[in-house]
Amino acid sequence: MIEFVQHLVNGLSLGAIYALIALGYTMVFGILQLINFAHGDVYMLGAFIGMYTSRAFHLADHPSVWALLLILFTAMTGCAIVGFLIERIAYRPLRKSPRINLLITAVGVSLFLEFSGQLVFGADPKFFPQVFSINADFSFGELKINPLQVLVFGISITLMTILQTIIYKTRAGRAMRAASFSHDLASLMGIPTDRVISFTFMLGSALAGAAGVLVGLIYPKIEPLMGSMPGLKAFVAAVLGGIGNVTGAVVGALILGLSESFLVGYGYPTFRDALAFALLILILLFKPTGLFGSKRTEKV
Amino acid sequence: MSHGLKTLWPWLAAVAGVAVFHFLLTDRLDPYYFTILMYAGINATLAVSLNLVCGFTGQFSMGHAGFMSVGGYVSAYITTLIAASHPNWIDDPNIAPTVFACVLMIAGIASAIMGYLVGLPSLRLRGDYLAIVTLGFGEIIRVIVLNVDAIGGARGMPNIPALSGFGWVFGILVLTIFVTWRLIHSRQGREFLAVREDEIAAEAMGVNTTSAKVRAFATGAFFAGVSGALFAHYLRYLNPQTFDFNRSFEVIIMVVLGGLGSLTGSVVAAFFLTILKELLRPLQELTKLDFRMVIYSALLIVLMLTRPNGLFGTKEITSYFKGKFGKGDSA
Amino acid sequence: MKKLTRFSALALTLLAIAGCTKKDTTTTNTNSTAASATEIVVGEVGSMTGSEATFGTSTHQGIELAFEQINAAGGVKGKKFRVITLDDQGKPDEAATAVTKLITQDKIAALLGEVASSRSLAMAPIAQAHGVPMITPSSTNPKVTEQGDYIFRVCFIDPFQGTVMAKFAKENLKIKNVAILRDVKNDYSVGLADFFTQTFTKNGGTIVVDQSYSAGDMDFKSQLTAIRAKKPEAIYVPGYYTEVGLIARQAKELGLNVPLMGGDGWDSPKLTEIGGKSIEGSFFSNHYSPEDQSPVVQKFIAEYKTKYGVIPDGLAAMGYDAAKVLADAMTRAPDLNSTSVKAAIAATKEYPGVTGVITLNEHRDPVKSAVVLKVAAGGYKYQTTVKP
Repeated sequence: MIEFVQHLVNGLSLGAIYALIALGYTMVFGILQLINFAHGDVYMLGAFIGMYTSRAFHLADHPSVWALLLILFTAMTGCAIVGFLIERIAYRPLRKSPRINLLITAVGVSLFLEFSGQLVFGADPKFFPQVFSINADFSFGELKINPLQVLVFGISITLMTILQTIIYKTRAGRAMRAASFSHDLASLMGIPTDRVISFTFMLGSALAGAAGVLVGLIYPKIEPLMGSMPGLKAFVAAVLGGIGNVTGAVVGALILGLSESFLVGYGYPTFRDALAFALLILILLFKPTGLFGSKRTEKV
Repeated sequence: MSHGLKTLWPWLAAVAGVAVFHFLLTDRLDPYYFTILMYAGINATLAVSLNLVCGFTGQFSMGHAGFMSVGGYVSAYITTLIAASHPNWIDDPNIAPTVFACVLMIAGIASAIMGYLVGLPSLRLRGDYLAIVTLGFGEIIRVIVLNVDAIGGARGMPNIPALSGFGWVFGILVLTIFVTWRLIHSRQGREFLAVREDEIAAEAMGVNTTSAKVRAFATGAFFAGVSGALFAHYLRYLNPQTFDFNRSFEVIIMVVLGGLGSLTGSVVAAFFLTILKELLRPLQELTKLDFRMVIYSALLIVLMLTRPNGLFGTKEITSYFKGKFGKGDSA
Repeated sequence: MKKLTRFSALALTLLAIAGCTKKDTTTTNTNSTAASATEIVVGEVGSMTGSEATFGTSTHQGIELAFEQINAAGGVKGKKFRVITLDDQGKPDEAATAVTKLITQDKIAALLGEVASSRSLAMAPIAQAHGVPMITPSSTNPKVTEQGDYIFRVCFIDPFQGTVMAKFAKENLKIKNVAILRDVKNDYSVGLADFFTQTFTKNGGTIVVDQSYSAGDMDFKSQLTAIRAKKPEAIYVPGYYTEVGLIARQAKELGLNVPLMGGDGWDSPKLTEIGGKSIEGSFFSNHYSPEDQSPVVQKFIAEYKTKYGVIPDGLAAMGYDAAKVLADAMTRAPDLNSTSVKAAIAATKEYPGVTGVITLNEHRDPVKSAVVLKVAAGGYKYQTTVKP
């Protein structure tokens, strides 16, 4: 029984991390209908920016909440800038091109970040400085809970609520929804589509940057290729929940985290990476719009 | 469509060329250049087969290495079994080619079946999902290979018989181009092009788009499988690492550089990039850094932004000589 | 129908061409006169870039140091060594191309490499076909030297290293129940885990659970939770240091306070950096111990430290030994013909290497001992030496 509950806890905390990445993914997809392959790599950049910031200010010597907030701030700002540049340089000129060109470019950007990351940071793994720790004990006998992961879980839910509010309760959110419905129509209504898309990209990338830092704290080994697999899994989570839907992304991520945890815990650890893609194929076959997605018809 | 024998002669000339070069080069050319040439030929076959999917049907597949590994492993498993039970089938120069031809066929079919199974669910949906599913498929194949001890798992599969040669690699390349060429100039090919240009309009015109996509996908997978088999029997050692995502990506960049929709473009780009890789070697040794993939990925982005049609667009190289195929095939 | 006829005509012609010329003439011994008048060219293939770059770099530095010393001492037979190093990015097919280039373009007299068995297995058939002696510093898969009589190694093989840890667990740690956590993506890890299981169960121990992960994973809690439920006394994790540090941390988080055990893939300063306090008290088998007071070892460490500023890891020591064994064989050989060099390497007996006394057996594998080290605060502590 205790083992089952422990697997449950492990799955939820892993899911919370996927959720952090999936939130940004789903927002970008929602507005551009583009799989931003580079999202996972922006998350990697976030982790590295965090590492270099903390090295520069020797933050690991005096772990505190302020240290954490400082590296979160630099990582989120840095990633927002990167996200802005990616959209401006690589995606915007191709907005009227065939989809396949945009897709190829997205793959190109992702690989460019990964390989130049290997050149700049080195291919070997780096240690992420422990700038923040919680001394509370959350364990109940055999059941062990990492307090940091409780924090990440809380942050994921909070961010989800904030995003939900931004999208449905603010003017900016209404502009985003309009732009996502149709770029041209939104422009005609006086919405600065390009600026809205840039804003969404920066918001999504900043979320990825925050995820990079938090993951670095929990799993203190970072490397240039760390983003590719979590990025893909976050995408699967987003599709599972209904792409473009922030609540769906979090629910999808938690489902993915839990199923991975149970699959590994009860006997099939080698099929862990295959599971996400099997789930993707299943959901695409039976409910392509995802659990919470709304149907949208395509016209000529 | 068919102009009788008139359209056949360039192909026969190509076959004759392969034959001549086979006799000229085998065991005479320096093994280093020979190896590069063989890799170039295998890459060209891969690129042409992927072009059928990406360039002519407009479906973005990122799992070509996966199909290559299916072909490679299936064929290597069969030939090592044969080598253990009927060694004379491999050693006897009169029997070996027939055996190898059958093995190539089986490798291709196994791959095509795999392509059908992967394509059927995902090709019903929009192209983006195909990209992710094929990427995932490559991963799943790798996970499966890692878990099957009969083909070596993570330790790889050594001692594969050396059956592949110049004639095989370039013969298959000519065959691949020939089949693809015939295909895209047939009714089937028109369907592929229609799907690429506008799926919804194609459907309205009565094209069964899913079926067309799956057919193109399975054909592409077939030749990827065959080239995987050629690769396995040339390198004589298979390891799951060889067929990682970077391999798929290398093929994608070849297709994009050559031009989505240009067969000769794919061939030229495959040769160019394979040779460039060796030319960049000194730079890499000097700096101790691997610039190649950075250059490739930057090239991909720049190409898409400035010249999305690649070097040749949808034109064939022959159209520059105003030859028999001078019309180009604008769709 | 016409189409079909034409198609089959083409296919048949192709088959005929491919068929009528298949004659496999393996070229042997093409470069017996490889060495020029003043120098001996040696090729090295390693992963200088890619995710395993640290291994390639360490080995390369060991080899570089060895040849520098040999050249300073006058070289072999009046000739100096020149090493040409090619990168394979950790890919078997790249390794094959690199070897072909070294043999046919640079006319090397001998070949050193590769670290990983998967690349060595792609290189060995080529070296064998061209009759170039090849010494791999650290490929532990038994199949590597089975590729032919030109292929040698200076490290122990997987069955032995797995056995070492199994014996150590049984005899020194006196434990009976061990869990295994292997990296399925890694040929080396799978090999060690298999041979550990074999020996450990034969000696009366029990493998309570056999779990696995893939290199690159970051979350191991599910595996560790499953392991925890079986209450093992130790966990055997024969992976690379890249994941072991994280595994140690997460094991402690789950309250699994048992020692981890591993192989030479642990040997890196990053192990303790990532693992922190959690990895302390764990054991791993290695080629040599920097604490070893024998003069050969201390001299090597001192010289390596002067040149590169760090204490050499096991792979650097293996690279150093591979180069030294080659030079030793070339000194003993009557001439530098590749067949003579091959015979001389095969006859290597009681060579005092940094990683132990090397004697090659009839399978061209060395018979030598391994050491077991304990991870402690501030470095590795020597535990014991296990003889074959």
